Amino acid sequence: MYKIALAGNPNCGKTTLFNALTGSHQRIGNWPGVTVEKKEGRWKDQTDIAVIDLPGIYSLSSYSLDERIARDYLLDEQPDLIVNVVDGMNLERNLYLTTQLQESGIPIIIALNMIDLVQAKKEHIDVDRLSQKLHCPIVAISALKNEGLEELLRQVRMQVAQQKHKLYSLYQGAVKTTLDQIMTCLEAQCAPAQRLWFAVQYLEQGGEIIEGMQLSEDTKIQLSAMRNQLTESLEDDGESIIATERYRFIAGVLADTYHKTNDGLSISDRIDLIVTNRWLALPIFALIMIAIYALAVTGIGGMATDWVNDVLFGEVILPATEHFLYSVQCAQWLSSLILNGVVAGVGAVLGFVPQMLVLFFFLALLEDVGYMARIAFLLDRLFRKFNLSGKAFIPMLIATGCGVPGIMASRTIEQETERRMTIITTTFIPCSAKLPIIALIAGALFDGAWWVAPCSYFIGMAAIILSGILLKKTRWFASDTTPFVMELPPYHMPKASNILLSMWERGYSFIKKAGTIILLSSIVIWFLSSFGIENGALVMLEASELNKSFLAFLGTLLSLLFVPLGWGSWEASVAAVSGLIAKENVVSTLAILFGVGEVAEDGIEIWGSFAAHFTGAAGLSFLVFNLLCAPCFAAIGAIKREMNNFKWTLFAIFYQCVVAYVASFMIYQFACLIESAQITLGSITAVFLFGMILYLLLRKKRTMLAKKER
Amino acid sequence: MKLDDVKTGEQVVIQRLVCEGSMKKKLLDMGLIPHTKVLVRKVAPFGDPMELSLRGYALSIRKAEAAYIEVA
Repeated sequence: MYKIALAGNPNCGKTTLFNALTGSHQRIGNWPGVTVEKKEGRWKDQTDIAVIDLPGIYSLSSYSLDERIARDYLLDEQPDLIVNVVDGMNLERNLYLTTQLQESGIPIIIALNMIDLVQAKKEHIDVDRLSQKLHCPIVAISALKNEGLEELLRQVRMQVAQQKHKLYSLYQGAVKTTLDQIMTCLEAQCAPAQRLWFAVQYLEQGGEIIEGMQLSEDTKIQLSAMRNQLTESLEDDGESIIATERYRFIAGVLADTYHKTNDGLSISDRIDLIVTNRWLALPIFALIMIAIYALAVTGIGGMATDWVNDVLFGEVILPATEHFLYSVQCAQWLSSLILNGVVAGVGAVLGFVPQMLVLFFFLALLEDVGYMARIAFLLDRLFRKFNLSGKAFIPMLIATGCGVPGIMASRTIEQETERRMTIITTTFIPCSAKLPIIALIAGALFDGAWWVAPCSYFIGMAAIILSGILLKKTRWFASDTTPFVMELPPYHMPKASNILLSMWERGYSFIKKAGTIILLSSIVIWFLSSFGIENGALVMLEASELNKSFLAFLGTLLSLLFVPLGWGSWEASVAAVSGLIAKENVVSTLAILFGVGEVAEDGIEIWGSFAAHFTGAAGLSFLVFNLLCAPCFAAIGAIKREMNNFKWTLFAIFYQCVVAYVASFMIYQFACLIESAQITLGSITAVFLFGMILYLLLRKKRTMLAKKER
Repeated sequence: MKLDDVKTGEQVVIQRLVCEGSMKKKLLDMGLIPHTKVLVRKVAPFGDPMELSLRGYALSIRKAEAAYIEVA
């Protein structure tokens, strides 16, 4: 089996080529230990060629996670061949990576992509000459139009059969001399194919790279002297010297192989003049967002999701299963398990899918067209203040409808810490399932006051902003200091198969990865709520007997925890726990516990008994807790899927619960303080917590970071 | 002059990068090396970041980072 690695810049059409080469023969996973997507596949109709899609990178340095992954893969796994995808419309910068890949010692073929666009623009690339100058085969292709792929396969076959790599050094003058000297020193330590690689690395970074080698002290001193001499004579550091050499070489190569037409504005530039125009950009952005929201959350997606929940599961599958179970005289507990545990759980998973597919379709479209990068460009100023990417806007917007697709939408954020931050904070935004809770509190305790709902959204946003500032100052989020220097790729015509594939992959990974946890939790909660101990025996309970269930027992225990929040009754605690299944349940569970049974969505029937149970302060605290605490299991499943890490998932849930607890504690205690003007232990603690939060927000960034920067 | 002081629509040439480590490497990797011609194409609606045009492609960079780049 030959291993072929696809490498190239972001936006060079690598994914399109990968899809075109492998078709449906691909597997999506993650690179070990990180959440960066790893795609592997089999070349169509070629059983002996495996294709690995490396992350899109600009350089093989080790400063960003994607770069490290690509670099480690090439050096450790030693694939048989690199297919370097190069964007023909952007040769100069794309070839920079090529010059680095060539030094890896692995045979390389250049797939010169977007050749159709180059021709359409009446530009000319002398492919043969370019191939000679770069010392590697070049195949002109258009991944979008499936052109040149047979020729690419032919060249790949030829190269893997040869297995010979000509090492070529592009350096000149003093740099070349020094590199040659370094290579001589490293002769005994590196294989010939990797000598140049290590020599360049050493020149760029110095000591670290040779630490693992068994070099004598003398050689080390010699090496260091060579490096210092060069950097001193050129008055520049190693990295600049090498980068300058690479771009010098590329400019020389392109001078007589690439003929640009004119430097006038391309179609893409013209689109951008309007789309990111200082005055028009935000209105256009708002329109696009409204359209996506209308279509995905309330329109097609919302309707399809309602249909799956209400009609498919509510009217077809559930009654049919019930009927079937009745006809085979299934035991009551088993049919309850199947209906209320399994079918309800599966329904909870699948119910989200249509909405999510519509959303993923639009996200893939925005990415494929090139607009996603513009969103980051437009909103960076606002979101950076609280350490989020501008792209975090979309997850948060979607989360006002439902947190599950909101969390899944965070996939478009490249930077890992920013993505994690978004995943953790997205569900602070009240989703539509939390609206009944808001309506209940506003109606029962505040006479339907108008300010309760806007305040809920405000609290959600405040939680996001404060979390962003606060978490960034902890060491878990401070680690990555990669600057925000981002390419704005030219707009492209989207490719339908790319978008559909991406939509399917993301949807499927939700069903598979998030589905299991949702189903499992649904069964556990079913058990806790429908069973209890009566007269020393395990018995199954009627829906109205929820007060005798294990869940009620659990609620009683938990209620101790909620006393400082002002709502230490077991009913309130059980309601909050039942919100884990779905936040709508909070109101309906309260109704069952207050002995009312079925209620309208805003729970108007229980306003009276609710007001008897809760003071205004306690009601606010209950509301805030339910808004901010751990989301429903479906969202937890999505968090787990996107974090791809158990510890981070736990951290997210734990953090959300702590934020919810602290926020509602402070609200309750301060409200009591204002009402009664009496200083209690609670209010002192609240003041103390307030001070601590202020300290955490205002303290300096960790010093570790400052050191690293230097 | 620093790159973040350059007005929209003006073209300048990079003189030198006054930063180190990952920041410098990233700028170099993106082609922001001395003697490169850079056109400041526009500034985002909220006043930051800015969009540059260099080596035939468009690059978005925050003003704080552009301040590391000396131009003429």
